[in-house]
Amino acid sequence: MRDGAGNCITVCNMENIDPVGVHTGDSIVVAPSQTLGDKEYQMLRTSALNIISELNITGGCNVQYALHPETFEYCVIEVNPRVSRSSALASKATGYPIAKVAAKIALGYNLDEIKNAITQKTYASFEPMLDYVVVKIPRLPFDKFISAKRTLTTQMKATGEVMSICNNFEGALMKAIRSLEQHVDSLMSYDFTDLTDDELIDQLKKVDDMRMWRIAEACRRGISYNLIHEITKVDEWFIDKFAIITEMETALKTQELTPELLAEAKRIEFPDNVIAQLTGKTEQEIHDMRHANGIVAAYKIVDTCAAEFAAETPYYYSVYGSENEVEQTKDKKKVLVLGSGPIRIGQGIEFDFCSVHCTWAFAKDGYETIIVNNNPETVSTDFDIADKLYFEPLTAEDVESIVDIEKPDGAVVQFGGQTAIKLTEALMKMGVPILGTSAENVDKAEDRELFDEILEECEIPRPTGGTVFTAEEAKEVANRLGYPVLVRPSYVLGGQGMQIAINDNDIDEFIGIINRIAQDHPILVDKYLQGKEIEVDAVCDGTDILIPGIMEHIERAGIHSGDSISVYPAQSLTEGAKAKIAEYTRRLAKSLHVIGMINIQFIVCGEDDVYVIEVNPRSSRTVPYISKVTGIPIVPLATQVITGKKIKDLGYTPGLQPEADYVAVKMPVFSFEKIRGADISLGPEMKSTGECLGIAKTFDEALYKAFIGAGIKLPKHKNMIMTVRDEDHADAVEIGRRFEKIGYHIFATSGTARALNEAGVKATPVRKIEQESPNLLDLILGHKIDLVIDIPAQGAEHSRDGFVIRRNAIETGVNVLTAIDTAYALITSLENTDIKKLSLIDIAKVQ
Amino acid sequence: MSAFLLRKNIFTKGKGEQMKAFLILEDGTVFTGTSIGSTRDMISEIVFNTSMTGYLEVLTDPSYAGQAVVMTYPLIGNYGITPDMESLKAWPDGYIVRELSRMPSNFRCEGTIQDFLKKYDIPGIAGVDTRALTKILREKGTMNGMITTNENYDLDEVISKLKNYKVEGVVSKVTCEEKYVLEGTGKKVALLDLGAKKNIAKSLNDRGCEVTVYPADTTADEIIASNPDGIMLSNGPGDPAECTSIIKEIKKLYETDIPIFAICLGHQLMALATGGTTYKLKYGHRGGNHPVKDLQTGRVYISSQNHGYVVDEDKIDPNVAVPAFKNVNDGTNEGLAYVGKNIFTVQFHPEACPGPQDSGYLFDRFLEMMGGEK
Repeated sequence: MRDGAGNCITVCNMENIDPVGVHTGDSIVVAPSQTLGDKEYQMLRTSALNIISELNITGGCNVQYALHPETFEYCVIEVNPRVSRSSALASKATGYPIAKVAAKIALGYNLDEIKNAITQKTYASFEPMLDYVVVKIPRLPFDKFISAKRTLTTQMKATGEVMSICNNFEGALMKAIRSLEQHVDSLMSYDFTDLTDDELIDQLKKVDDMRMWRIAEACRRGISYNLIHEITKVDEWFIDKFAIITEMETALKTQELTPELLAEAKRIEFPDNVIAQLTGKTEQEIHDMRHANGIVAAYKIVDTCAAEFAAETPYYYSVYGSENEVEQTKDKKKVLVLGSGPIRIGQGIEFDFCSVHCTWAFAKDGYETIIVNNNPETVSTDFDIADKLYFEPLTAEDVESIVDIEKPDGAVVQFGGQTAIKLTEALMKMGVPILGTSAENVDKAEDRELFDEILEECEIPRPTGGTVFTAEEAKEVANRLGYPVLVRPSYVLGGQGMQIAINDNDIDEFIGIINRIAQDHPILVDKYLQGKEIEVDAVCDGTDILIPGIMEHIERAGIHSGDSISVYPAQSLTEGAKAKIAEYTRRLAKSLHVIGMINIQFIVCGEDDVYVIEVNPRSSRTVPYISKVTGIPIVPLATQVITGKKIKDLGYTPGLQPEADYVAVKMPVFSFEKIRGADISLGPEMKSTGECLGIAKTFDEALYKAFIGAGIKLPKHKNMIMTVRDEDHADAVEIGRRFEKIGYHIFATSGTARALNEAGVKATPVRKIEQESPNLLDLILGHKIDLVIDIPAQGAEHSRDGFVIRRNAIETGVNVLTAIDTAYALITSLENTDIKKLSLIDIAKVQ
Repeated sequence: MSAFLLRKNIFTKGKGEQMKAFLILEDGTVFTGTSIGSTRDMISEIVFNTSMTGYLEVLTDPSYAGQAVVMTYPLIGNYGITPDMESLKAWPDGYIVRELSRMPSNFRCEGTIQDFLKKYDIPGIAGVDTRALTKILREKGTMNGMITTNENYDLDEVISKLKNYKVEGVVSKVTCEEKYVLEGTGKKVALLDLGAKKNIAKSLNDRGCEVTVYPADTTADEIIASNPDGIMLSNGPGDPAECTSIIKEIKKLYETDIPIFAICLGHQLMALATGGTTYKLKYGHRGGNHPVKDLQTGRVYISSQNHGYVVDEDKIDPNVAVPAFKNVNDGTNEGLAYVGKNIFTVQFHPEACPGPQDSGYLFDRFLEMMGGEK
């Protein structure tokens, strides 16, 4: 940080465990640096201050260094003269609010005039001193992109990250691992025991998301630190820490579990279930033994100053074997708000919006609020959002330790995505009342048979389908319904593992994939209906509902709602369909005894055949979107409903709210170019990593704004490639004709080209990629193509060709569309590029 | 090089290892941990240091003589013992940490802190909840404490011993025995070693100065007779008011026209020599993150600090000296400029080591005071 007077300080120094070559966003990072002596540290610190001073920066700056491990030679890798991704991490790691201080500096304040919000005694012109260790681990999307290369390089691939705090490195690492929610809870979670020593040593060369687990296996086998270091370039200090964790595994396996050993295991944050697994005891036995011996978590404060000054801000992390610093508060009713963990595809920042607004609403209602979360990128983990912040993993055990200390009057799980929902059962066992919709009713929406009963009771149609456990059962159901069918595991978010199957072979493949990911839940097989996909978020108080608006997807059913362009208000629904949607929403919410939020997805076929395809009795991804475009604060409303208020008393008329006189378009944003090897074709599994919003008086303009927002800036060269399935030829002609009209030259594969030319749309046939040059690939690599419209066949049989075309196009920076409806939307938008003066709509004032 | 190594499992308890140790405070608080370094009993004043790096510089800073240091950063010894000692030996009476690294790692690492403490016979204790301990020292102020490995201590007896303990005569223990010279071709500087960290002499030497280091009991006459271009008064341990004879000599130095620059104890002694007073802070400033404001320029610098006593700014005669630096956190005095004199003193440590190098420019200012580079 540097102010206008030239005063500068460093806020945080961090060390990447990974060597240079792995993007810092994909690296495991520790703060403060662990292996640097004062000489090395001060050398880099002084250099950083010289850089920020020389560049005359006022505000925040981030400098990345490569430091030679065996000399004092260093290189500057990068200077970001602004607040960066690392600043968020640094702020959370130290308690020093970088962005806030930078804003005050921008207003002309100097560092020695800005109060330190944590101590209220010192000023922003000091350097935070940590008396704990922080570990950050990136959340990588390889569970979503199974075909993608897992190698970590200079191109960042992580979608999010987790952070943990402990007073020892091993503990911070163990906590961060289980915060990932990727079925990992220790250094044993990936198994490399099958490898021979030589194979293992060879595999240490791999730099991917499992590298840490390979190093741990090497430590278990006693492979020398020196050799591990030579291959991985990970500092031996860290290798030794991994080794200590593996030594604890051995101790737990081979020694009698004495209270002393148990206390040691907890000191380095082994979770109860891992201790149970290693000692052959049950998790309950470990839990009871801990409590019998007083081995319970204590909480320390993040205070920016290593306890030198008294801190005012309750920002806590857990440790074992230390004094507890949490002050007991009893005067107000306490509510526990569970956050949504790391940002991943399917569960993004949207849920943090919900958690934060829910927390504020509770606070306004006089509650003491407690947030538990582990994501350093979010607003919910700012220390001034809730009355208390616990920066902790979101597992049942970690939450129970907090519950033991805080004894909350209730917990809210409906705003924290699946992360929070999954904790429902555990919270009930701890005796914490779940505020809002009961756990039993959440289950009903997920349990196929119970849900079918409810639909029947409410007289609501849904696509026919069945619940199965094996591939054989699935094929039986699929053949009874007739292909295509939708196959998906229950209890998923973001359509993970969801696929459209067109034949028995697809079923075999999909069930195989589903079973590879740990699944205790049944698999759903539904008839695939092709119609308009509609989404609704509503608040229910037990009697009345409030629907802020109906959202319509541009892409027809079959493409995940998170990847679809979504329009509010719905543009093509009949009044009859809208009324049915509102009525079905009311019936379902009442029948499921929803108190709070409910999200329902419908398919509308024809005029007004409305089917329900999914019900989530909780907050959804679209809640921030619909809140912002309708101006109806649904999260605070839902929170008030949860505390017992009625919609009628909150100033709203129940039911579907009047439509706005403007149009909002939500556009998904993808990161395919960053994740090598990932298939970009859209389907029922979500792939987008973000979204943007276009809002205007007309649909065309809103769409145009949304495309611009998503970074699609066309036309450039006015050349495009089309390759579609035979059944899409009619659409291809229509789309082609419109692109031709705005001056596009169309290249197409033989079948598509023939169809276009026959219909009078000029198209130049191009050879397929396996044919001799010049072929399709040469065209793409020639950098003269604006757009590829490639509609792949459904089902598992992805043509190798299509995959290569799409990957090459994406990696060359060419826009690729894989759905006919998106192509229609794009051409509509391009036909409107003559919109010279974009209208302005103040989103803060929409009603 | 063998590809495999046999390492003893750290969680397997062996006989005779992990000896218990106790830290007993004057207020009756007892912390239990494991013994590190020497196993002998030790009584000292307990102080905390918040630096995250530089534990070796702290251990070898003579200003810690007569004190046992608590490191608030929980992982100590990560990069082992490097050639970065600030004096020839380790000085603290005792060493209190949360965790010592089993395996240090650094290209300049020459050994472990465990062996280092044994070599200098310093008793220590690991496994202490150093944050809880720091909070006690913060709330109740610096107090005496004992580290013992004797499980059968008598608490009342220990407490009465602790209450009567007083640190005395530490400067004479830490100063050099004989004067010595660091060759240089520039200005001649006489450095009065009150417990000087190496980097003070080095900072001057690096700027070309020929530095003659004098023992603390050197008379002013001897220094003046050597005709130096400037005099440097170093940092050092203990209660400044106790150094009565040194103060008298410094008063004589004050009366010459020789430019003087003083750091820490030197700064306090100059204030005492010119009619000022000092008092003890509740728990001192020890660490590498203390902001000090240069009152002349308004600039704030992050400084390295290590002091328990401070000059009472209110009692300074404005005709003698005016405040030059102020601590941004608590407003205490951090430096004085002497009126009508070529004398400049600071409470913090521009020589860093450990800590920020931001105020190293003060050595340049001293060179200017001596008439610029030769």
